[in-house]
Amino acid sequence: MSKWWRDEQLRAVVAACVTLGFAVGVFAVSFGVTSVSAGASVAQTCVMSLLVFTGASQFSAVSVFGAGGSAMSAFGGAALLAARNSVYGLAMAPHLHGRLGTRLLAAHLVLDESTAMAAGQDDERHRVAAFWITGASIYLFWNLGTLLGAVLGSAIDPTVYGLDAAFPAAFVAMLWPLLRERRSAVAAAIGAVVCLATIPFVPIGVPILCAAVGVVVGIPAPKEATP
Amino acid sequence: MSWGFVLALAATSYGFKALGLVLVGDRTLPPVLDRCLALIPAALIAAIIVNDTFAVGKHLQLDARAAGVGAAVIAAWRRAPLIAVIVIGAAVTAAVRALT
Repeated sequence: MSKWWRDEQLRAVVAACVTLGFAVGVFAVSFGVTSVSAGASVAQTCVMSLLVFTGASQFSAVSVFGAGGSAMSAFGGAALLAARNSVYGLAMAPHLHGRLGTRLLAAHLVLDESTAMAAGQDDERHRVAAFWITGASIYLFWNLGTLLGAVLGSAIDPTVYGLDAAFPAAFVAMLWPLLRERRSAVAAAIGAVVCLATIPFVPIGVPILCAAVGVVVGIPAPKEATP
Repeated sequence: MSWGFVLALAATSYGFKALGLVLVGDRTLPPVLDRCLALIPAALIAAIIVNDTFAVGKHLQLDARAAGVGAAVIAAWRRAPLIAVIVIGAAVTAAVRALT
C-alpha cells in the first residue's frame, strides 16, 4: 500500500475513486435529503449510511417509507438489494486473508465498486490494494455526503449531470480488462442477458443475483490443465 | 422510521457482506469452485451495467443513459483511462438529456 503514487496502476485506481467518489457524494447528499424528508431523523440517516452502507438498499428503504409503505415492505426490498453482496463476498474471500478482525472490517467494504475495481487488477497485490482504496474512499464520500444532505436538506439532482450514468460507465471500464479472458467474457454475456430477461418478472435487485448463473462456464476444467 | 428498522437493516446488510467471506474463510477450495468464484465479478458487473443502463424499477427503458454508457464502451475500447470513461459516460448522458 505504501508509495501508491509511484505505482501507475494504483494511481489510476485512486484517480478513478476520486471521480467516482464525487458521484457517490452527490448521490449521498440526495439520499440524506430523501431520508430526512421520508421521516427519518438526521441521526438515523447518518447511522444508516455508517452501518448499512449499501446505497441501493438505503435508497429503496427510504423511498418506500416516503411513499407511505410499511416497514416490512421497506425491509424486504432493501434486503433483496443487499443480497448480492454475499456473492461478492464469495468472490473476494480467496483474496482477503489475514486476521479475523481485518476480514470483518473488509466485509463492511464489500460493494459493487470495490469488488469490480479489485477484479480489474492483474495481480494479487494490486487486487487487495484496489479493494481497500475503493471501499474506504466510497465509505468516506458516502457518509460525508449523507451528513451534508441530512443537515442542509437541499440537493442537486444527480441526473442533471448524468451522474446516474457515472456508475455503469465506471463498471464498463472495470469490466473491460476481464473480457480479454474468454470464460469471463462468456460469463459476462450470460450475466447481462439473464439480468435483462428477468428485470420485468422478479423483484428489484434479484436480476443481479440471477446473473450469478453465468459462473457455470467455470465448471468444465480448462483443456491445458488436463494432462 | 424506527431505530429498530435501521439496526435490523444494518445487521442484515452486514450479514450478507460477511456471509461469503465467512463461508469461504481461509479454506482452500476445490479447483472447480475457485474457477466459478473467479467469474462472479464478470457476471455480476455485466448485470449491473445493463440494469443501471436500461432499468427503471421493473421496466426496461431506452434513454439518455444508454447513449452515455455506449460512449463509455467506446472509450473503454479505445483504451481511455478509467477516469476518462467515467467522465465521458456522465457527460454524454447529461448532454443527451439536456437536448431531448
